[in-house]
Amino acid sequence: MSRTATPEKTAGGATPEKTVESKHPRRPRTSRRSRRDALVFLALALPNITLIALFTYRPLLTNIYYSMLDWTLGSTSAAFIGLDNYKEFFTSSAGLTSLRITIIFTLVTVGGSMLLGLLLALALNSKIPGVTIARSAAFAPYVLSGVGVGLVWLFIFDPSFGVLAYFLRMIGLSSPQWVLDPDMALIMVMVVYIWKNLGYCAIVYLGGLQSLPTDVLQAASLDGAGPVRRFWTISLPLLSPTTFFLLITTMLNSLQAFDLLRIMTPTGRGTNALIFESYLQAFGGYSRAGYSAAISVVLFVMLIVITVVQIRYVEKKVHYA
Amino acid sequence: MSSSVDSPVTTPTRKHGPFSKENLVGTLTAGYLPLLAATAIVVLPLLWMVISSFKAPSEILTQDLVVLPETPTLHNYDVAMNSVPIPRFFLNSVIVTTVGASIKVVLAVMTAYALVFVRFPFKRIIFIGILVALMVPPQVAILPNYVLIAGWGGVNTYWGIILPGLGTAFGTFLLRQYFMTIPASILEAASIDGAGHWRTLWRIVAPISLPSVATVALVTIVTEWNDYIWPLIITTDSRMMTLPVGLTALQNSEGNTGSGWGILMAGTVIVIVPVLLVFALLQRYIVSGLTQGSVTG
Repeated sequence: MSRTATPEKTAGGATPEKTVESKHPRRPRTSRRSRRDALVFLALALPNITLIALFTYRPLLTNIYYSMLDWTLGSTSAAFIGLDNYKEFFTSSAGLTSLRITIIFTLVTVGGSMLLGLLLALALNSKIPGVTIARSAAFAPYVLSGVGVGLVWLFIFDPSFGVLAYFLRMIGLSSPQWVLDPDMALIMVMVVYIWKNLGYCAIVYLGGLQSLPTDVLQAASLDGAGPVRRFWTISLPLLSPTTFFLLITTMLNSLQAFDLLRIMTPTGRGTNALIFESYLQAFGGYSRAGYSAAISVVLFVMLIVITVVQIRYVEKKVHYA
Repeated sequence: MSSSVDSPVTTPTRKHGPFSKENLVGTLTAGYLPLLAATAIVVLPLLWMVISSFKAPSEILTQDLVVLPETPTLHNYDVAMNSVPIPRFFLNSVIVTTVGASIKVVLAVMTAYALVFVRFPFKRIIFIGILVALMVPPQVAILPNYVLIAGWGGVNTYWGIILPGLGTAFGTFLLRQYFMTIPASILEAASIDGAGHWRTLWRIVAPISLPSVATVALVTIVTEWNDYIWPLIITTDSRMMTLPVGLTALQNSEGNTGSGWGILMAGTVIVIVPVLLVFALLQRYIVSGLTQGSVTG
């Protein structure tokens, strides 16, 4: 912003504003400066904006176009088939199964990781020495590679040589075929997914717990309300913004789950939630690009709906406060 | 946020410490038992991974529980390296992570600076565009991006792996929020001293925002390191695979035999342990970056 004002040569763009010049004598200089600012802005922001436009926004539109094609990935010809891909998805048993799996997976993992996360947060919300180590440990799985975590647990779940099978044998049970049985496969990936994401919920809940008003809790305690009563009548209602935030973020995350599912159950039998199914259709040997794109669009619409709900709620909250 | 150890909650004027005679039993059962259980649930599977990677095949291929290997061996690491080019995967992951994360952080700093400190007529619209991009999961974009990048000849290239992920909405958003808190007086002082935008950005704004930049950098590094679906699609040649994709290849070659587990655990250690180390050292930044928004939400 060098203000070394050389006498302004009223740059070309400023001429139409001449009429108001008497009111704003400095206008020509400002407009020159704002043009310079605009150039600086573009120089700084344009690379990132271009990349986002090209690799985030463009695909959304292209997906809609692809979704109306009968198109084998790699082939140079494609036939326009309108909404047939969507029709197939919503009427075929394979499509509906994928939708059902997505809903079950999302509900169970969101509910499970939030509920267990809250319990864990209550345990972590203490001042005893060593609690920071436990907090770090709890969060750690969230940052680890889904592929790595999936393999570790696949070994634990192994029906012959896994630790879980060993403990099941100890109490006289035989291990289910976790990978081969579709229902068991879904249960397995949900357990592991909750394990991986639990710490995130716990740490966010912990932040909420620590910002609760101490005086209210103390007053309740003086009035003779025990810890359980205080939790249900004060802490939990006051935590509702945190709960809502987690509900949205974990739901968005669960709908995007891929790494664990792909590595633990490569064929997707029983675990092909929408993203996984979309991947399998395009890249899993079928090369059905059009159908895969249609699934992506369906998923994206679901994500938009959730996001809109969130934005509307946040707006409401802002008015409250 | 989590690193603030002193929580004022649930400590109604306690006269004695947690380890005093009156409180000892209560502390142990109510305080430590759940903590230990929670920590064990997280730590044991990871410990099991590490231990198993040092076991002999006979100690893996057994119906009994072998807790510790009799003589720890690097055999599994050896086999894993011979089965797939793990050093090469590692190198690829390091290259992709370093280049990708560096560019992303620089782009995020530049965009956030422009959004906060430079005047531009459509700033609000651009910012909303970036916010919305934050909600678009990269997974729904893979097919169109694959068609584009493959068309440009990017299959099995470093740039093909890195390029589509370079645009950064997350980093831009997080840094913008921080830059907004920088007092205008600091910028004015710089402007009076004759510093242009470029110098103000790198000499003043970026240094005083170092914790936020570190947060963005670390979260970006971890995300790039763990990234799976895109490298999985865009690489077919094992010489170009990153570690997570390489592990998939290792699983395909060793996973179907029981004795492969030790080998797979060795490969898994190599992908997980670097992140665990980074997390252990710098978790404050990572946790605050990943739980960002929970306070405002």
